[in-house]
Amino acid sequence: MEGLTKSISWIIGIALIAILFYILGDIILVSVKNFSLSFLLDSPFSGGRKGGIYPIIISTLLILAVSLLVVIPVGLTSALFLAEFAENNSKSIAIIRKSIEILSAVPSIVFGLFGNAIFSVYFGMGFSILSGGLTLAIMALPLFITTVEKGIRSVPNNYRFVAFSLGMSQFTMIKSIIIPYALPAIFVGIVLSVGRALAETAALIFTSGYVDRIPESLFDSGRTLSVHIYDLTMNVPGGDINAYKTSLVLIVLILATNTLINILLKSWYKKRIAL
Amino acid sequence: MIDKNYPWKNRLPEEECCESSPIINVENLSLSYDQHKAFSDISLKINRGCVTGIIGPSGCGKSSFIHCLNRMIELYPSSKVDGDIYFKGRNIFDSRVNLMDLRKNVGVVFQEPTPLPLSIITNIELPLKEHRFENIEDRAVQALKDVGLWEEVKDKLKSPANNLSGGQKQRLCIARTIALEPEVILMDEPCSSLDPISTEKIEGLIQELKGRYTILIVTHNLAQARRVCDYVYAFWYDESGDCGKILESGTCSDVFEHSQNKTIRDYVGGLRG
Repeated sequence: MEGLTKSISWIIGIALIAILFYILGDIILVSVKNFSLSFLLDSPFSGGRKGGIYPIIISTLLILAVSLLVVIPVGLTSALFLAEFAENNSKSIAIIRKSIEILSAVPSIVFGLFGNAIFSVYFGMGFSILSGGLTLAIMALPLFITTVEKGIRSVPNNYRFVAFSLGMSQFTMIKSIIIPYALPAIFVGIVLSVGRALAETAALIFTSGYVDRIPESLFDSGRTLSVHIYDLTMNVPGGDINAYKTSLVLIVLILATNTLINILLKSWYKKRIAL
Repeated sequence: MIDKNYPWKNRLPEEECCESSPIINVENLSLSYDQHKAFSDISLKINRGCVTGIIGPSGCGKSSFIHCLNRMIELYPSSKVDGDIYFKGRNIFDSRVNLMDLRKNVGVVFQEPTPLPLSIITNIELPLKEHRFENIEDRAVQALKDVGLWEEVKDKLKSPANNLSGGQKQRLCIARTIALEPEVILMDEPCSSLDPISTEKIEGLIQELKGRYTILIVTHNLAQARRVCDYVYAFWYDESGDCGKILESGTCSDVFEHSQNKTIRDYVGGLRG
Protein backbone atom coordinates (compact mmCIF):
# COMPACT_ATOMS: atom_id res chain seq x y z
CA MET A 1 0.00 0.00 0.00
CA GLU A 2 2.78 2.32 0.93
CA GLY A 3 4.59 1.53 -2.28
CA LEU A 4 1.44 2.31 -4.26
CA THR A 5 0.97 5.70 -2.58
CA LYS A 6 4.58 6.46 -3.17
CA SER A 7 4.48 5.64 -6.85
CA ILE A 8 1.26 7.60 -7.36
CA SER A 9 2.78 10.69 -5.77
CA TRP A 10 5.86 10.28 -7.92
CA ILE A 11 3.78 9.98 -11.08
CA ILE A 12 1.74 13.07 -10.21
CA GLY A 13 4.87 15.00 -9.31
CA ILE A 14 6.63 14.09 -12.52
CA ALA A 15 3.52 14.86 -14.55
CA LEU A 16 3.31 18.35 -13.02
CA ILE A 17 6.96 19.05 -13.68
CA ALA A 18 6.58 17.68 -17.20
CA ILE A 19 3.72 20.09 -17.94
CA LEU A 20 5.78 22.99 -16.64
CA PHE A 21 8.78 21.98 -18.72
CA TYR A 22 6.66 21.39 -21.80
CA ILE A 23 5.28 24.94 -21.60
CA LEU A 24 8.64 26.50 -20.81
CA GLY A 25 10.45 24.35 -23.37
CA ASP A 26 7.97 25.19 -26.12
CA ILE A 27 8.26 28.92 -25.40
CA ILE A 28 12.02 28.90 -25.15
CA LEU A 29 12.62 26.70 -28.22
CA VAL A 30 10.40 28.74 -30.51
CA SER A 31 11.44 32.17 -29.29
CA VAL A 32 15.17 31.68 -28.91
CA LYS A 33 15.42 30.66 -32.59
CA ASN A 34 13.89 33.97 -33.66
CA PHE A 35 15.18 36.19 -30.89
CA SER A 36 17.36 39.22 -31.38
CA LEU A 37 18.20 42.14 -29.17
CA SER A 38 16.32 44.52 -31.45
CA PHE A 39 13.11 42.83 -30.31
CA LEU A 40 13.59 44.48 -26.93
CA LEU A 41 14.54 47.88 -28.36
CA ASP A 42 12.19 48.42 -31.33
CA SER A 43 8.63 49.57 -31.54
CA PRO A 44 6.06 47.16 -32.94
CA PHE A 45 4.51 47.69 -36.35
CA SER A 46 2.12 45.88 -38.62
CA GLY A 47 -0.07 45.15 -35.59
CA GLY A 48 2.83 43.58 -33.73
CA ARG A 49 3.69 41.01 -36.37
CA LYS A 50 6.91 42.85 -36.94
CA GLY A 51 9.20 45.04 -34.85
CA GLY A 52 9.82 44.74 -31.13
CA ILE A 53 8.12 45.38 -27.81
CA TYR A 54 10.06 48.28 -26.32
CA PRO A 55 7.00 50.52 -25.65
CA ILE A 56 5.18 47.55 -24.20
CA ILE A 57 7.93 46.81 -21.71
CA ILE A 58 7.90 50.48 -20.65
CA SER A 59 4.12 50.51 -20.20
CA THR A 60 4.26 47.26 -18.23
CA LEU A 61 6.87 48.60 -15.84
CA LEU A 62 4.97 51.88 -15.41
CA ILE A 63 1.69 50.14 -14.62
CA LEU A 64 3.51 47.83 -12.24
CA ALA A 65 5.14 50.80 -10.50
CA VAL A 66 1.84 52.66 -10.12
CA SER A 67 0.13 49.64 -8.63
CA LEU A 68 3.00 48.83 -6.22
CA LEU A 69 3.19 52.47 -5.11
CA VAL A 70 -0.43 52.12 -4.06
CA VAL A 71 -0.41 48.52 -2.83
CA ILE A 72 2.59 48.76 -0.49
CA PRO A 73 1.63 51.78 1.65
CA VAL A 74 -2.12 51.14 1.62
CA GLY A 75 -1.74 47.40 2.14
CA LEU A 76 0.85 47.74 4.88
CA THR A 77 -1.18 50.22 6.90
CA SER A 78 -4.34 48.14 6.45
CA ALA A 79 -2.55 45.00 7.58
CA LEU A 80 -1.07 46.83 10.57
CA PHE A 81 -4.47 48.18 11.46
CA LEU A 82 -6.08 44.74 11.28
CA ALA A 83 -3.32 42.98 13.19
CA GLU A 84 -2.35 45.58 15.81
CA PHE A 85 -5.20 48.00 16.37
CA ALA A 86 -8.49 46.42 15.40
CA GLU A 87 -10.55 44.72 18.06
CA ASN A 88 -10.99 41.19 16.89
CA ASN A 89 -14.49 40.61 18.12
CA SER A 90 -15.99 43.84 16.87
CA LYS A 91 -18.64 43.56 14.20
CA SER A 92 -17.26 46.19 11.84
CA ILE A 93 -13.88 44.45 11.75
CA ALA A 94 -15.60 41.17 10.91
CA ILE A 95 -17.31 42.93 7.99
CA ILE A 96 -13.99 44.38 6.80
CA ARG A 97 -12.38 40.94 6.93
CA LYS A 98 -15.23 39.33 5.03
CA SER A 99 -15.02 42.08 2.40
CA ILE A 100 -11.32 41.43 1.89
CA GLU A 101 -12.01 37.73 1.53
CA ILE A 102 -14.73 38.34 -1.05
CA LEU A 103 -12.62 40.87 -2.94
CA SER A 104 -9.83 38.34 -3.33
CA ALA A 105 -12.24 35.98 -5.08
CA VAL A 106 -13.79 38.49 -7.51
CA PRO A 107 -13.01 37.64 -11.18
CA SER A 108 -10.62 40.09 -12.78
CA ILE A 109 -13.02 41.06 -15.56
CA VAL A 110 -15.30 42.50 -12.88
CA PHE A 111 -12.42 44.57 -11.52
CA GLY A 112 -11.76 45.73 -15.07
CA LEU A 113 -15.32 46.95 -15.58
CA PHE A 114 -15.28 48.54 -12.12
CA GLY A 115 -11.97 50.29 -12.84
CA ASN A 116 -13.33 51.46 -16.17
CA ALA A 117 -16.46 52.90 -14.56
CA ILE A 118 -14.69 54.52 -11.61
CA PHE A 119 -11.22 55.56 -12.76
CA SER A 120 -11.61 55.92 -16.52
CA VAL A 121 -15.08 57.42 -16.65
CA TYR A 122 -16.04 58.85 -13.26
CA PHE A 123 -12.63 60.31 -12.38
CA GLY A 124 -11.96 61.13 -16.01
CA MET A 125 -8.61 59.35 -16.26
CA GLY A 126 -9.66 57.70 -19.50
CA PHE A 127 -7.76 54.69 -20.80
CA SER A 128 -4.48 55.35 -19.06
CA ILE A 129 -1.53 53.83 -17.23
CA LEU A 130 -2.95 55.42 -14.10
CA SER A 131 -6.40 53.80 -14.35
CA GLY A 132 -4.75 50.46 -15.13
CA GLY A 133 -2.29 50.70 -12.27
CA LEU A 134 -4.97 51.69 -9.77
CA THR A 135 -7.25 48.88 -10.91
CA LEU A 136 -4.43 46.37 -10.54
CA ALA A 137 -3.71 47.80 -7.09
CA ILE A 138 -7.28 47.14 -5.98
CA MET A 139 -7.02 43.61 -7.33
CA ALA A 140 -3.74 42.90 -5.57
CA LEU A 141 -4.59 44.52 -2.24
CA PRO A 142 -6.68 41.69 -0.71
CA LEU A 143 -3.93 39.13 -1.22
CA PHE A 144 -1.24 41.55 -0.06
CA ILE A 145 -3.17 42.51 3.07
CA THR A 146 -3.90 38.91 4.11
CA THR A 147 -0.30 37.83 3.55
CA VAL A 148 1.20 40.75 5.47
CA GLU A 149 -1.36 40.56 8.26
CA LYS A 150 -0.41 36.92 8.81
CA GLY A 151 3.22 37.95 8.99
CA ILE A 152 2.49 40.64 11.55
CA ARG A 153 0.39 38.29 13.64
CA SER A 154 3.27 35.82 13.72
CA VAL A 155 5.35 38.31 15.73
CA PRO A 156 5.40 36.79 19.23
CA ASN A 157 3.26 38.73 21.69
CA ASN A 158 6.13 38.77 24.18
CA TYR A 159 7.90 41.36 22.06
CA ARG A 160 4.92 43.69 22.27
CA PHE A 161 4.83 43.21 26.04
CA VAL A 162 8.52 43.90 26.41
CA ALA A 163 8.36 46.97 24.19
CA PHE A 164 5.52 48.41 26.24
CA SER A 165 7.19 47.48 29.51
CA LEU A 166 10.20 49.54 28.42
CA GLY A 167 7.93 52.51 27.88
CA MET A 168 8.25 52.46 24.08
CA SER A 169 5.59 54.12 22.01
CA GLN A 170 3.48 51.99 19.73
CA PHE A 171 5.03 53.78 16.77
CA THR A 172 8.58 52.77 17.74
CA MET A 173 7.45 49.25 18.48
CA ILE A 174 5.88 48.90 15.03
CA LYS A 175 8.76 50.59 13.23
CA SER A 176 11.67 48.89 15.00
CA ILE A 177 10.29 45.50 15.98
CA ILE A 178 7.09 44.50 14.22
CA ILE A 179 7.91 45.58 10.66
CA PRO A 180 11.47 44.18 10.61
CA TYR A 181 10.14 40.88 11.98
CA ALA A 182 7.34 40.78 9.43
CA LEU A 183 9.57 41.85 6.54
CA PRO A 184 9.77 38.41 4.89
CA ALA A 185 5.95 38.32 4.77
CA ILE A 186 5.89 41.82 3.30
CA PHE A 187 8.29 40.71 0.56
CA VAL A 188 6.19 37.63 -0.15
CA GLY A 189 3.20 39.96 -0.45
CA ILE A 190 5.08 42.11 -2.95
CA VAL A 191 6.13 39.07 -5.01
CA LEU A 192 2.52 37.83 -5.13
CA SER A 193 1.26 41.29 -6.10
CA VAL A 194 3.85 41.61 -8.87
CA GLY A 195 2.88 38.18 -10.15
CA ARG A 196 -0.77 39.02 -10.15
CA ALA A 197 -0.21 42.38 -11.85
CA LEU A 198 2.05 41.03 -14.60
CA ALA A 199 -0.33 38.19 -15.38
CA GLU A 200 -3.39 40.39 -15.72
CA THR A 201 -5.09 40.96 -19.07
CA ALA A 202 -8.85 41.22 -18.70
CA ALA A 203 -8.85 44.07 -16.21
CA LEU A 204 -6.32 46.09 -18.20
CA ILE A 205 -8.09 45.95 -21.55
CA PHE A 206 -10.85 48.06 -20.00
CA THR A 207 -8.62 50.45 -18.07
CA SER A 208 -5.19 50.99 -19.56
CA GLY A 209 -6.25 50.11 -23.07
CA TYR A 210 -3.94 48.67 -25.72
CA VAL A 211 -2.20 51.51 -27.47
CA ASP A 212 1.23 50.17 -28.36
CA ARG A 213 3.18 53.44 -28.37
CA ILE A 214 5.44 54.68 -25.60
CA PRO A 215 3.22 56.52 -23.09
CA GLU A 216 4.25 60.13 -22.66
CA SER A 217 2.64 60.49 -19.26
CA LEU A 218 0.66 58.42 -16.80
CA PHE A 219 -2.49 59.67 -18.47
CA ASP A 220 -1.64 57.96 -21.74
CA SER A 221 -2.89 54.55 -22.67
CA GLY A 222 -0.36 51.75 -22.63
CA ARG A 223 -0.28 48.06 -23.43
CA THR A 224 1.24 45.52 -21.08
CA LEU A 225 3.06 42.34 -22.05
CA SER A 226 0.11 40.12 -21.16
CA VAL A 227 -2.30 42.24 -23.18
CA HIS A 228 0.17 42.17 -26.07
CA ILE A 229 0.37 38.37 -25.96
CA TYR A 230 -3.41 38.15 -25.87
CA ASP A 231 -3.79 40.56 -28.80
CA LEU A 232 -1.13 38.84 -30.92
CA THR A 233 -2.60 35.38 -30.45
CA MET A 234 -6.28 36.25 -30.72
CA ASN A 235 -6.52 39.22 -33.08
CA VAL A 236 -3.42 39.26 -35.27
CA PRO A 237 -3.02 36.43 -37.79
CA GLY A 238 0.67 35.67 -38.11
CA GLY A 239 1.55 37.17 -34.74
CA ASP A 240 2.39 33.83 -33.10
CA ILE A 241 6.14 34.07 -33.20
CA ASN A 242 6.18 37.49 -31.58
CA ALA A 243 3.65 36.26 -29.01
CA TYR A 244 6.10 33.47 -28.14
CA LYS A 245 8.95 35.92 -27.78
CA THR A 246 6.86 38.28 -25.64
CA SER A 247 5.96 35.35 -23.38
CA LEU A 248 9.63 34.63 -22.89
CA VAL A 249 10.26 38.26 -21.93
CA LEU A 250 7.32 38.15 -19.49
CA ILE A 251 8.60 34.97 -17.82
CA VAL A 252 12.11 36.37 -17.54
CA LEU A 253 10.70 39.60 -16.10
CA ILE A 254 8.76 37.71 -13.42
CA LEU A 255 11.77 35.57 -12.52
CA ALA A 256 13.97 38.66 -12.43
CA THR A 257 11.69 40.60 -10.07
CA ASN A 258 11.39 37.60 -7.76
CA THR A 259 15.16 37.16 -7.70
CA LEU A 260 15.71 40.85 -7.13
CA ILE A 261 13.29 40.91 -4.20
CA ASN A 262 14.98 37.84 -2.71
CA ILE A 263 18.39 39.44 -3.01
CA LEU A 264 17.13 42.63 -1.37
CA LEU A 265 15.65 40.62 1.49
CA LYS A 266 18.87 38.64 2.00
CA SER A 267 21.13 41.68 1.95
CA TRP A 268 18.83 43.39 4.42
CA TYR A 269 19.18 40.43 6.76
CA LYS A 270 22.93 40.43 6.43
CA LYS A 271 23.02 44.09 7.41
CA ARG A 272 20.75 43.55 10.31
CA ILE A 273 21.09 39.96 11.47
CA ALA A 274 18.41 40.18 14.02
CA LEU A 275 16.20 37.12 14.09
CA MET B 1 29.06 31.96 65.00
CA ILE B 2 28.74 32.52 61.29
CA ASP B 3 26.97 29.79 59.41
CA LYS B 4 28.26 29.81 55.86
CA ASN B 5 25.65 27.47 54.50
CA TYR B 6 22.75 29.55 55.66
CA PRO B 7 23.86 33.17 55.33
CA TRP B 8 20.40 34.50 56.03
CA LYS B 9 20.62 33.17 59.55
CA ASN B 10 23.41 35.60 60.22
CA ARG B 11 21.36 38.58 59.25
CA LEU B 12 19.58 40.52 61.93
CA PRO B 13 16.01 41.48 61.16
CA GLU B 14 16.69 45.14 61.81
CA GLU B 15 19.78 45.15 59.66
CA GLU B 16 19.99 48.52 57.97
CA CYS B 17 19.60 47.52 54.42
CA CYS B 18 17.58 50.37 53.19
CA GLU B 19 15.46 53.33 54.10
CA SER B 20 12.08 52.51 55.45
CA SER B 21 10.32 55.18 53.47
CA PRO B 22 7.88 53.66 51.01
CA ILE B 23 8.31 54.44 47.31
CA ILE B 24 5.21 52.49 46.34
CA ASN B 25 2.02 52.42 48.36
CA VAL B 26 -0.69 50.00 47.36
CA GLU B 27 -4.11 50.54 48.87
CA ASN B 28 -7.01 48.08 48.69
CA LEU B 29 -6.03 46.81 45.28
CA SER B 30 -8.25 44.20 43.62
CA LEU B 31 -7.96 42.68 40.18
CA SER B 32 -10.39 40.58 38.19
CA TYR B 33 -10.38 39.03 34.75
CA ASP B 34 -13.91 38.84 33.38
CA GLN B 35 -15.77 37.08 36.20
CA HIS B 36 -12.73 35.61 37.89
CA LYS B 37 -11.07 37.51 40.72
CA ALA B 38 -7.27 37.25 40.67
CA PHE B 39 -6.72 38.89 44.06
CA SER B 40 -8.60 41.22 46.31
CA ASP B 41 -7.96 43.93 48.83
CA ILE B 42 -4.18 43.97 48.77
CA SER B 43 -2.50 46.78 50.68
CA LEU B 44 1.25 46.98 51.02
CA LYS B 45 4.22 49.30 51.07
CA ILE B 46 7.45 48.86 49.18
CA ASN B 47 10.43 50.53 50.79
CA ARG B 48 12.89 52.54 48.78
CA GLY B 49 16.17 50.78 48.07
CA CYS B 50 15.12 47.43 49.52
CA VAL B 51 14.49 44.05 47.99
CA THR B 52 10.92 43.06 48.67
CA GLY B 53 9.86 39.53 47.88
CA ILE B 54 6.44 38.15 47.06
CA ILE B 55 6.10 34.45 47.71
CA GLY B 56 3.18 32.08 47.57
CA PRO B 57 1.76 29.16 45.60
CA SER B 58 0.85 29.34 41.90
CA GLY B 59 -2.32 31.07 40.90
CA CYS B 60 -2.67 33.41 43.85
CA GLY B 61 -2.10 36.49 41.73
CA LYS B 62 1.55 37.30 42.41
CA SER B 63 2.53 37.97 38.82
CA SER B 64 -0.72 39.74 38.07
CA PHE B 65 -0.05 41.93 41.08
CA ILE B 66 3.31 43.16 39.91
CA HIS B 67 1.92 43.75 36.43
CA CYS B 68 -0.43 46.26 38.05
CA LEU B 69 2.43 48.33 39.40
CA ASN B 70 3.35 49.80 36.03
CA ARG B 71 -0.08 49.28 34.49
CA MET B 72 1.10 46.50 32.18
CA ILE B 73 -2.04 44.70 33.30
CA GLU B 74 -4.06 46.97 31.03
CA LEU B 75 -2.67 45.09 28.04
CA TYR B 76 -4.98 42.22 29.02
CA PRO B 77 -8.27 43.40 27.60
CA SER B 78 -10.47 41.64 30.16
CA SER B 79 -8.66 42.86 33.27
CA LYS B 80 -10.30 45.22 35.71
CA VAL B 81 -8.40 46.92 38.52
CA ASP B 82 -9.88 48.50 41.65
CA GLY B 83 -8.07 50.43 44.33
CA ASP B 84 -5.09 52.76 44.29
CA ILE B 85 -1.36 52.54 43.75
CA TYR B 86 0.79 55.50 44.71
CA PHE B 87 4.22 55.76 43.15
CA LYS B 88 6.19 58.45 44.99
CA GLY B 89 2.96 59.84 46.33
CA ARG B 90 1.20 60.06 43.00
CA ASN B 91 -1.69 57.82 41.99
CA ILE B 92 -0.59 55.90 38.91
CA PHE B 93 -4.18 55.42 37.76
CA ASP B 94 -4.57 59.17 37.43
CA SER B 95 -5.46 59.94 33.80
CA ARG B 96 -2.68 62.55 33.65
CA VAL B 97 0.05 60.00 34.32
CA ASN B 98 2.33 59.53 31.33
CA LEU B 99 2.45 55.77 30.79
CA MET B 100 5.75 55.85 28.96
CA ASP B 101 7.38 57.66 31.88
CA LEU B 102 5.77 55.40 34.44
CA ARG B 103 7.08 52.32 32.66
CA LYS B 104 10.52 53.86 32.31
CA ASN B 105 10.57 54.48 36.08
CA VAL B 106 9.06 51.15 37.06
CA GLY B 107 10.84 48.57 34.93
CA VAL B 108 10.03 44.88 34.58
CA VAL B 109 12.13 41.77 34.11
CA PHE B 110 9.93 38.96 32.86
CA GLN B 111 9.93 35.33 33.82
CA GLU B 112 11.01 34.20 30.37
CA PRO B 113 14.17 36.03 29.24
CA THR B 114 12.86 38.02 26.27
CA PRO B 115 15.43 39.99 24.32
CA LEU B 116 13.90 41.82 21.39
CA PRO B 117 14.78 40.31 17.99
CA LEU B 118 17.60 42.80 17.52
CA SER B 119 21.33 42.82 18.15
CA ILE B 120 22.65 42.76 21.71
CA ILE B 121 23.55 46.42 21.75
CA THR B 122 20.39 47.60 19.99
CA ASN B 123 18.34 45.86 22.66
CA ILE B 124 19.71 48.39 25.14
CA GLU B 125 20.06 51.36 22.83
CA LEU B 126 16.59 51.32 21.34
CA PRO B 127 14.75 52.07 24.62
CA LEU B 128 17.43 54.62 25.54
CA LYS B 129 16.82 56.42 22.25
CA GLU B 130 13.11 56.26 22.81
CA HIS B 131 13.47 58.09 26.12
CA ARG B 132 15.88 60.63 24.63
CA PHE B 133 18.88 59.83 26.79
CA GLU B 134 22.23 61.35 25.96
CA ASN B 135 25.51 59.42 25.64
CA ILE B 136 23.55 56.37 24.59
CA GLU B 137 26.59 54.23 23.76
CA ASP B 138 28.29 54.87 27.08
CA ARG B 139 25.13 54.15 28.97
CA ALA B 140 24.60 50.90 27.10
CA VAL B 141 28.15 49.76 27.81
CA GLN B 142 27.83 50.76 31.47
CA ALA B 143 24.59 48.80 31.79
CA LEU B 144 26.28 45.72 30.33
CA LYS B 145 29.14 46.16 32.80
CA ASP B 146 26.70 46.58 35.68
CA VAL B 147 25.17 43.17 34.99
CA GLY B 148 28.55 41.57 34.42
CA LEU B 149 27.84 40.77 30.80
CA TRP B 150 30.34 43.14 29.19
CA GLU B 151 33.31 40.74 29.19
CA GLU B 152 31.19 38.00 27.67
CA VAL B 153 29.65 40.00 24.85
CA LYS B 154 32.02 42.88 24.09
CA ASP B 155 33.25 41.24 20.88
CA LYS B 156 29.82 40.43 19.52
CA LEU B 157 27.69 43.43 20.38
CA LYS B 158 26.18 43.44 16.91
CA SER B 159 25.18 39.79 16.86
CA PRO B 160 21.59 38.72 17.54
CA ALA B 161 20.63 38.84 21.19
CA ASN B 162 18.68 35.62 20.81
CA ASN B 163 21.92 33.67 20.28
CA LEU B 164 22.91 34.22 23.91
CA SER B 165 22.40 31.55 26.55
CA GLY B 166 19.37 31.72 28.84
CA GLY B 167 21.23 33.28 31.75
CA GLN B 168 22.99 35.79 29.51
CA LYS B 169 19.68 36.73 27.95
CA GLN B 170 18.17 37.37 31.34
CA ARG B 171 21.12 39.53 32.38
CA LEU B 172 20.77 41.42 29.10
CA CYS B 173 17.12 42.02 29.95
CA ILE B 174 18.14 43.34 33.37
CA ALA B 175 20.77 45.55 31.71
CA ARG B 176 18.12 46.84 29.34
CA THR B 177 15.93 47.73 32.28
CA ILE B 178 18.58 49.38 34.45
CA ALA B 179 20.00 51.36 31.51
CA LEU B 180 16.81 53.41 31.70
CA GLU B 181 17.66 54.29 35.30
CA PRO B 182 14.33 53.21 36.72
CA GLU B 183 13.55 53.73 40.38
CA VAL B 184 11.83 50.40 40.82
CA ILE B 185 12.59 47.09 39.13
CA LEU B 186 9.86 44.48 39.14
CA MET B 187 11.13 40.94 38.69
CA ASP B 188 8.63 38.28 37.80
CA GLU B 189 10.31 34.98 38.75
CA PRO B 190 13.48 36.04 36.97
CA CYS B 191 15.29 32.76 37.59
CA SER B 192 12.54 30.22 37.05
CA SER B 193 13.79 29.25 33.60
CA LEU B 194 17.49 29.37 34.43
CA ASP B 195 20.05 26.81 35.60
CA PRO B 196 21.56 27.06 39.11
CA ILE B 197 24.74 28.84 38.01
CA SER B 198 22.87 31.52 36.10
CA THR B 199 20.50 31.81 39.04
CA GLU B 200 23.40 32.43 41.36
CA LYS B 201 24.69 35.19 39.09
CA ILE B 202 21.30 36.87 38.96
CA GLU B 203 20.95 36.67 42.73
CA GLY B 204 24.38 38.23 43.20
CA LEU B 205 23.32 40.93 40.78
CA ILE B 206 20.20 41.63 42.80
CA GLN B 207 22.36 42.13 45.87
CA GLU B 208 24.55 44.57 43.96
CA LEU B 209 21.64 46.52 42.56
CA LYS B 210 20.00 46.83 45.93
CA GLY B 211 20.15 50.33 47.36
CA ARG B 212 20.55 51.93 43.93
CA TYR B 213 17.21 50.55 42.90
CA THR B 214 14.12 49.38 44.68
CA ILE B 215 13.50 45.78 43.73
CA LEU B 216 10.32 43.80 43.94
CA ILE B 217 10.76 40.13 43.17
CA VAL B 218 8.16 37.43 42.73
CA THR B 219 9.54 33.99 43.37
CA HIS B 220 8.43 30.43 43.84
CA ASN B 221 11.78 29.59 45.27
CA LEU B 222 11.59 30.05 49.05
CA ALA B 223 15.31 29.61 49.59
CA GLN B 224 15.88 32.33 47.03
CA ALA B 225 13.49 34.67 48.80
CA ARG B 226 15.39 34.03 52.02
CA ARG B 227 18.70 34.73 50.35
CA VAL B 228 17.85 37.98 48.58
CA CYS B 229 14.89 39.66 50.24
CA ASP B 230 14.74 42.24 53.02
CA TYR B 231 10.96 42.21 53.26
CA VAL B 232 8.59 39.47 52.27
CA TYR B 233 4.89 39.38 51.53
CA ALA B 234 3.32 35.96 51.46
CA PHE B 235 0.30 35.63 49.20
CA TRP B 236 -2.20 32.83 49.72
CA TYR B 237 -5.65 31.84 48.51
CA ASP B 238 -8.64 33.31 50.29
CA GLU B 239 -11.53 31.20 51.61
CA SER B 240 -13.05 30.73 48.14
CA GLY B 241 -9.83 29.05 47.10
CA ASP B 242 -8.98 30.83 43.87
CA CYS B 243 -8.47 34.47 44.75
CA GLY B 244 -5.23 35.81 46.21
CA LYS B 245 -4.70 37.83 49.36
CA ILE B 246 -1.81 38.68 51.70
CA LEU B 247 -1.49 36.25 54.56
CA GLU B 248 1.75 37.34 56.14
CA SER B 249 4.21 40.16 55.79
CA GLY B 250 7.31 41.54 57.43
CA THR B 251 11.05 41.25 57.31
CA CYS B 252 12.58 38.08 56.01
CA SER B 253 12.96 36.55 59.46
CA ASP B 254 9.46 37.63 60.54
CA VAL B 255 8.01 35.54 57.77
CA PHE B 256 10.45 32.67 57.61
CA GLU B 257 11.15 32.14 61.28
CA HIS B 258 8.53 33.80 63.42
CA SER B 259 5.37 33.63 61.38
CA GLN B 260 2.21 33.69 63.49
CA ASN B 261 0.23 32.14 60.69
CA LYS B 262 0.06 28.36 60.58
CA THR B 263 -0.44 28.10 56.82
CA ILE B 264 2.63 30.23 56.18
CA ARG B 265 4.64 28.40 58.83
CA ASP B 266 3.86 25.13 57.10
CA TYR B 267 4.53 26.63 53.68
CA VAL B 268 7.95 28.07 54.50
CA GLY B 269 8.78 24.95 56.48
CA GLY B 270 8.12 22.86 53.38
CA LEU B 271 5.12 21.09 54.84
CA ARG B 272 2.76 22.44 52.22
CA GLY B 273 3.16 24.18 48.93
